[in-house]
Amino acid sequence: MERVSQLEDTARVIRARVVETSHRSGTPHLGSCLSCIDILVALYFEILHIDPARPTDVARDRFILSKGHAAPALFQVLALRGYYPEALLQNYGEDGGVFAEHPPTPSHLPGIEAATGSLGHGFPMGLGMALAGRIHNRHHRVFALVSDGECNEGSVWEAAMLAASHKVANLAVIIDFNRWQATGRSEQVMALNPLPDKWRAFGWSAREVDGHDMGELIKCLRQVPDGSGRPVAIVAHTVKGKGVSFMEDDNNWHYRIPSAAEVAAARLELGIRA
Amino acid sequence: MRNAFADEITRQGARDPNIVLLSGDIGNKLFDRFKQLAPDRFLNCGVAEANMMSVAAGMALSGLRPVIYTIAPFTTTRCFEQIRVDVCYHKAPVVIVGTGAGLSYAELGPTHHSLEDLALLRSLPEMNVLAPCDEVELRLGLRAALQQDRPTYMRIGKKGEPVIHKGLPVFRLGKAITVREGDDVCLISIGNMMPVVLAAADSLRDQGLSARVESFHTLKPLDTDRLTHIFDRYPLVAAVEEHSLLGGLGGSIAEWLARQHAPTGRLMCFGTEDVFMHEVGSQDYARNKFGLTAGNIAETVSAGLARLRAH
Repeated sequence: MERVSQLEDTARVIRARVVETSHRSGTPHLGSCLSCIDILVALYFEILHIDPARPTDVARDRFILSKGHAAPALFQVLALRGYYPEALLQNYGEDGGVFAEHPPTPSHLPGIEAATGSLGHGFPMGLGMALAGRIHNRHHRVFALVSDGECNEGSVWEAAMLAASHKVANLAVIIDFNRWQATGRSEQVMALNPLPDKWRAFGWSAREVDGHDMGELIKCLRQVPDGSGRPVAIVAHTVKGKGVSFMEDDNNWHYRIPSAAEVAAARLELGIRA
Repeated sequence: MRNAFADEITRQGARDPNIVLLSGDIGNKLFDRFKQLAPDRFLNCGVAEANMMSVAAGMALSGLRPVIYTIAPFTTTRCFEQIRVDVCYHKAPVVIVGTGAGLSYAELGPTHHSLEDLALLRSLPEMNVLAPCDEVELRLGLRAALQQDRPTYMRIGKKGEPVIHKGLPVFRLGKAITVREGDDVCLISIGNMMPVVLAAADSLRDQGLSARVESFHTLKPLDTDRLTHIFDRYPLVAAVEEHSLLGGLGGSIAEWLARQHAPTGRLMCFGTEDVFMHEVGSQDYARNKFGLTAGNIAETVSAGLARLRAH
């Protein structure tokens, strides 16, 4: 339990940094970042077999942020995990820098596995990495985080079918199911439900989890592969803007940039002192 | 050509355990020998080319050498964004093979024609673009492509094309091959037009004109050394391709030629270079990087005009 509580603290610190960075650099997609931070922390601090000192180790587990617009969250997680100095993030968004609104390529920032930003690309690339692991007889795992809006893309379902036909059991897709996409409720834009059943119908082993319950997330993510011989889909029920009351489930924060006063209020709520 | 491709990829697959062959549900029986040789390294990705391209990029980023094979429009225009982002932006060494070059599948209608692929794929930074004229160039081109640390697109014909090269020519990616010497004009051919171009050269000979014939098997990088030599020597040059006149071989040469006329040429072009911009920046920062500023345009134009007037 102590470990879970530590990770919850880490998630709070990262939430505060992401909110501050959005204010300082004018980077949007705050709601999408806050919705997946618990998942990122669980993966990077507990689940993934990785060594930040050896970011290209062939045996490492891979994580792909297929919903690339949550890069501001991933950048903070990678820094805190030790892939690069946290001070590097002081230059966030500056001309000539490396930190944009989406992840750069692996050759431009350690810890990144794929440059994403156009939706429906990262997850299929992850399938290629999982298949490569099988061909090389290395049993690394690949986790891809997609958004519910991203499931609009046909390529997501193309990858789902190929992964199922080849029983790629070392592959997991996590759906950050915050029920919003850029301009509306995801269910109303493109009928998604019943989402876990859709993945089951596509030949995947699917389960649901509270995407903000650190203990449950860790339990769930530990079960990859899950012994079924099938790829694993984890539908994580999340809240867009999670952790800052005035951003939670308010889709304006897909694009809005917080003011200095809002940053202060968010820090107070997150229990992060100045 | 496709049988030669199947044979050559099987040979290469036997030598290199990192070669993986991905097909978009075509080539039934064509790859039986490869499948026998390496069942775990052949993947029928189904009729889902976008996913196939991303999967190949993911494999390449994990140390494999994926080779993708399907009909040209489906492995280019269908999944262009996957090629641009997953393959080229990552500089992933994927070899993309499009069969049915140009009008090979004329009778199947425009859905199966491939008349824009060269123009589209050469517009992508990091990409090599190849179009062999026969199975000899195909085999040599495939071997060369598999040695590259960057992606390659290779458009090939279908079957039954004549063999042009009787021996083994010296093949270097980006270096044209002289197929026939001549003194009066130069015909530059790319890909499967070569038999027609040679026949045209024969006709010219009957008229008493001696035509040199060049095989530009590589469109990108363009063999500008050879072009310089050709344009220095011949009063007339003809480029022939089974491809749109927009942006293919003729288009590439015209772009290059316009630039050679500096400082006395009459056309100046301002735009972005053939690169991905990896660093972050505002639009103003990015425009400045590529010289797309009022200051640079005015200064360059004014200097150009002064040079023209002085000339």
